[in-house]
Amino acid sequence: MSSFTPVSALLGGLLIGGGASWLLLSLGRIAGISGMVGALPFSRRLEFAWRALFLLGLVTGAGLLYRYGNAFSVQAPLSRVDFPAWELIVSGLLVGYGTAMGSGCTSGHGVCGLARRSPRSLVATVIFLLTGVVTASVLRHWLENWP
Amino acid sequence: MNADEASPLERALLAAFGAGLVFGAGLALSAMTHPEKVLGFLDLSGHWDPSLLLVLGSATGIAGIAFPLILRRKAPLLMPGFEVPSATRIDPRLAFGALLFGLGWGISGYCPGPAIALLAALPGSGREALLFLPALLIGSWIGRWSALASVSKWSLETGGLPLANLG
Repeated sequence: MSSFTPVSALLGGLLIGGGASWLLLSLGRIAGISGMVGALPFSRRLEFAWRALFLLGLVTGAGLLYRYGNAFSVQAPLSRVDFPAWELIVSGLLVGYGTAMGSGCTSGHGVCGLARRSPRSLVATVIFLLTGVVTASVLRHWLENWP
Repeated sequence: MNADEASPLERALLAAFGAGLVFGAGLALSAMTHPEKVLGFLDLSGHWDPSLLLVLGSATGIAGIAFPLILRRKAPLLMPGFEVPSATRIDPRLAFGALLFGLGWGISGYCPGPAIALLAALPGSGREALLFLPALLIGSWIGRWSALASVSKWSLETGGLPLANLG
């Protein structure tokens, strides 16, 4: 159960968009997390280093907020102990395979692609948003309330 | 380290780290690192939480203003040129990939960024990190491998890997 948090959502979104814009301005690259993660083991030298450093920065930035973000009621996420292990594994495989096949995720297509007015990214974003909504709604509500 | 003394490589890596830092702080501040928060948006039934829409809206809004201005430049600040995706074709691969991603996203509430951010919440997030992250990496590498295998002919002819820098 989560409640609507408009202020932290808008401010957090500004930081996400700001970080992506800074990466484009400084290095000329798209802040697509799935692409960075997928390409990391196949990258050399600078191409490896900037991806690794961005991901390290992402973990550090989130960690700093977990540690010092109490004023904004930020909390570190805890594992959901009752969440089925096989669902996490299947989900991970689908997210990994799907983003590699579709060349992007919420950051690459959703934020950066839409910002570039890419028709490909608009199509991808609409599809994964719709599929995500249907999947979550069916799994979490409709199936549980089946007679 | 004084910025004037830093080599071009060091400056580029510092800039990449800084971009990730701000990006990760935004994910944590907006609570998109909490899969239950994401599922609160994706699950339309019951108490629907529209927060994710505002996150996506403001992130895309600021980037949507900044990106066209930045791309007017001849080159970025610290590299010789821009590397943005050049693909324009809306093909079944794009649609089917996005569909599988949405399916996985709707099951767990994780997309790749928040999944990587699990590493910042160890050990409390250990169980999810241990189960989700290896699966994400394996799925991603299988996907890249099969995609590269199917387009390797094309990329050999044109000299570029179409998947190299996409999001």
